[in-house]
Amino acid sequence: MTIRITKHKATEDFLKLVQEKADVNLSSCYQCKKCSMGCPVADLIKLPPSEVIRGLQLGAGTELLNTDLIWTCLSCETCYSRCPNQINFPAVIDALKSIALEKGAAKPAGDAPLFNRLFLNTVKSYGRVYELLAIAMYKLGTGNLKQDMGKFPMMLKKGKIAILPPSGANKDKMKRIFSKSAQNKGTEK
Amino acid sequence: MRYAYYPGCSAHSTARDMHESCLAVSKALGIELNEIKGWTCCGASAAHQTDRKLAVSLASANLLLAKQMGMDMVVNCAACYNRSKTANYEIINSENVRKSVADSLGDTYDGSVPVRHFVEILLKDIGPVNLRKKIINPLRDLKVAAYYGCYLVRPSEVTNFDDPENPTIMESLIDAIGGTNVEWSGKVDCCGGMQNLTQTEITVRRSAAVIDMAQAAGAECIVVACPMCQVSLDVRQADMEKLLGRKYNMPVIYLTQLVGLALGLSPVELGFNKLMVNPAAVLNKVKAAA
Repeated sequence: MTIRITKHKATEDFLKLVQEKADVNLSSCYQCKKCSMGCPVADLIKLPPSEVIRGLQLGAGTELLNTDLIWTCLSCETCYSRCPNQINFPAVIDALKSIALEKGAAKPAGDAPLFNRLFLNTVKSYGRVYELLAIAMYKLGTGNLKQDMGKFPMMLKKGKIAILPPSGANKDKMKRIFSKSAQNKGTEK
Repeated sequence: MRYAYYPGCSAHSTARDMHESCLAVSKALGIELNEIKGWTCCGASAAHQTDRKLAVSLASANLLLAKQMGMDMVVNCAACYNRSKTANYEIINSENVRKSVADSLGDTYDGSVPVRHFVEILLKDIGPVNLRKKIINPLRDLKVAAYYGCYLVRPSEVTNFDDPENPTIMESLIDAIGGTNVEWSGKVDCCGGMQNLTQTEITVRRSAAVIDMAQAAGAECIVVACPMCQVSLDVRQADMEKLLGRKYNMPVIYLTQLVGLALGLSPVELGFNKLMVNPAAVLNKVKAAA
């Protein structure tokens, strides 16, 4: 796939922002493409890891926020593990994700941001993940109630998923961590 | 052998079998696991995808508690293991991260608590020789595919678990309890677990590819040490059949469950009844060998 790059001041800032957030130096990439060769979702996406890096090197900006790799990535870390220059590409993906969330980029296939938000909401409330609630809310939120419904009775019967919410966590500490994180986000902007 | 034990959220839900078998095996081997009081979620994959600083703070909260207990932290879930090790790595290597964690926790944490997966305890602290002495039901000719997935082995600078392309820790343990390891090339492939609920077809296809490889190598079961892998490979076999139009019937069990069987513990105590794919083939073989 080709991406059209319009180079201007804003895109230079974009590269800088991504590199800062991910704590990487993308100029050390010499396009050996080992990351793309080992990527387990390379056949499903338009722009594999090495091309996302090339795009950033050449000054691509917010157009990368809608690239399909961002929310298709499995966080398997194979790219990072095999990179001869130790570029932490999964951190680049995380940086692009958080910028996409801040800028309100288009909702990706599967709506992982919704799932992550619901997952973290249960962590905020209970101190630990309440799997059943996060999954149920996600299924409601995406309107995909039918998928997996057949599995739940058996999983519940076998005790493969808990019905009751988790207990025993230090919830006050969780509140503090989440509120600090929200505060810091406010000052970063 | 005393450790601070971090069960992780799934230990009380989708990975109760992992947690129960770990506790039973620990008891049988004299490993003392002290559950960290008030432990909280490590942030899993949802936190680092949202905000990397939040992710490090969440994992550090538990590491700080383990530090106060003065023991190594033992983790069973490969994802918690990876997140906790990442927190240590980032805290040690970045002044900025250290500061943000201190601000978030209201206490300083220096990244110094050793984080160890239970599999490492079995191999390094117990050791294959001692483990072999305790075996009541050797697994004889049970053919096992040891599956590591991603989080234990990658990135190796962070986890420092084993060779990231060809780890052998689990094989050494399977060998010690009398199983037969199959040679296969799928052991560090990704099961696609992260998209299990969000883009399910990716997970179904990735996990099916892993099972196909294990099957082709002659495995009678796949052994895992990660709840995300276990759920993807086990629970999704019905979806594999629907999507790919062929039969899937591969038991996917935790290493601790298999070790427990060899130690003579009962399948119920080890959570075998919680597996979605019937493990009867494995259980019958071990019983026949006894």
